[in-house]
Amino acid sequence: MATETDIPESGLGRIDLAKGGVDARRDSDGPAGPGPDALAGLDALDIPTAEHRPLAARTWSAAWPKIGALVLFLLLWQIVVWSGWKPTYVLPGPMSALREFGHRVTGGHFWDALLRTVVRALKGYALAVVIGGVVGVAVSRSTVLRTAVGSFITSLQTMPSIVWFPLAILLFKLSEAAIMFVVILGAAPSIANGVIYGVDYVPPLLVRVGRSMGARGFSLYRYVVAPAALPSVLAGLKQGWAFAWRSLMAGELLVIVPGHPSIGADLQNSRELLDTVGVMASMITIFLIGVVVDAAFNAADRQLRVRRGLVAEGNSAVRAARGRGSAPLPEAAGAMSGDPSAGTGDVSGGHHAGHVGGPGGDGDVGGGGGHAS
Amino acid sequence: MTAVLPDAALRIDGVSRFFGGGAAQVQALDNISLQARPGEFVCLLGASGCGKSTLLSLIAGLDSPSAGTVDTTGRRVGMMFQDSALLPWLTAGGNVEVPLRLRGIGRTERRARVDELLTMVRLAGMAQRRPHELSGGMRQRVSLARAFAQEADILCMDEPFGALDAMTRDLLHDELERIWRQTGVTVIFVTHDVREAVRLGDRIVLLSSRPGRVAEVFDVDIDRPRRIDSPRVADLATRVTARLREEVGRHGH
Repeated sequence: MATETDIPESGLGRIDLAKGGVDARRDSDGPAGPGPDALAGLDALDIPTAEHRPLAARTWSAAWPKIGALVLFLLLWQIVVWSGWKPTYVLPGPMSALREFGHRVTGGHFWDALLRTVVRALKGYALAVVIGGVVGVAVSRSTVLRTAVGSFITSLQTMPSIVWFPLAILLFKLSEAAIMFVVILGAAPSIANGVIYGVDYVPPLLVRVGRSMGARGFSLYRYVVAPAALPSVLAGLKQGWAFAWRSLMAGELLVIVPGHPSIGADLQNSRELLDTVGVMASMITIFLIGVVVDAAFNAADRQLRVRRGLVAEGNSAVRAARGRGSAPLPEAAGAMSGDPSAGTGDVSGGHHAGHVGGPGGDGDVGGGGGHAS
Repeated sequence: MTAVLPDAALRIDGVSRFFGGGAAQVQALDNISLQARPGEFVCLLGASGCGKSTLLSLIAGLDSPSAGTVDTTGRRVGMMFQDSALLPWLTAGGNVEVPLRLRGIGRTERRARVDELLTMVRLAGMAQRRPHELSGGMRQRVSLARAFAQEADILCMDEPFGALDAMTRDLLHDELERIWRQTGVTVIFVTHDVREAVRLGDRIVLLSSRPGRVAEVFDVDIDRPRRIDSPRVADLATRVTARLREEVGRHGH
């Protein structure tokens, strides 16, 4: 590539605001054009206006459907208990479950168990991210690899993770390694698929733009392909987390390592002691961890969409569409799953997640193609 | 076609481009020869299937000819697309900055250059806006600034104003003409709008379709700045349109 100094005509291609400009209007073949004022005026008219609602109003509109759903759920639970369908030592009411949960939180054992479970989850997930990421990049770059293992990755993704445990236990006995093995096998395929689909769906025009700006090889990946693939990669990461978490919980129920307390071990223990209140307290813990992680992923996802103009905050056209009630939005059910974008009318709802969401493994993880699980 | 210009910025000589092979082979370009002087504004005009975009890809070095040569005489080629094709995850300033980063220019100089380029397209103060926060015309100006960030000596423009409304297009013609005169850049401007070609070009190269051939070359001998609705522009546009219809008509049989 020529540098600036190679060019014989001095200053060619450099901007010199001093010359040109005014004298450009002499020798006109007609009256002067609309001129710079018209352009400035047009710009002022053209800039899309965004309406910003105050933080309190936004927080409230995001919070009340969730609070409402939670209250409704607890109420239904209590009504079933009141109906006397099962004796209360088999099906205790929500108040006793919450009381037991509150009681546990104040004890040391709960935090030991929680810490072990969270560390296992993060370790397994981190390894799955590395392995899935490497496999995803390799497969997306090589046609041979894609033909060879591309479809296996999806098949692997659809395999219920629990079926790996007999093999894992034979290979690694009742150990941490057995749990890690299954967590990684559960999460890595989703993450790899997120990367592969992300690269596949990079708009060719953007690649052309990158190449016309002189990006090749690694720089093309850095400046164009990777950022363009990011939404799909994030959807894959989110789905990978869901698989990792499910696999881990299955693992903790089946693979109880002596002297290693965990949430899953507590849950299994409570069941063996016919301690339903204890089972429910453990399940509340598991649910709350899910809520927190989901909120983190949703915040990242939302941030990404806001930056790319895919969230119509205060967009009147979207609000009008919602008002008419035609064409239900993909995130209509978002309120139930703790999705903070549920109240904002997101027209693009999880477009990329749709590519990643294969049939669910040991549950319905992949079922939420419409709104990114 | 014409004698070899000793000081040409761009020399296209006997270029053909085929796609596919065997019976399904399609010829996009047939023996195109074309030269542009430094600082010249050349409009490539043609109907659908004249291979305009293929020709631009060849000039920009994104593709290679099947026969013939494209010589950009060591000059840097910048490209601008119909869809502004800004990277949606970057701000306006960030988009203009990418070519500078790709060329390894330091941070301080980059910032100064981005400001300078955005000022040139009259978007000073818009650096922090994201593409979706700009109008179509503003996005095209960011795209123009980004093309100049490549220190392009030859600017290839692929129907850059095709998707804009008439008022915006008219104003952007003025802007482009002003910037072209300030920078002395050589412009290869593809359009299917005859009046736009007459409004902007020093020379109009009329291409025939399927395969693309140079059908005729018009020199635009009208003083600048021109008005798209002036009688002289309209006169030449009428003649060019008649010739274009003739070319298109040959495909109706």
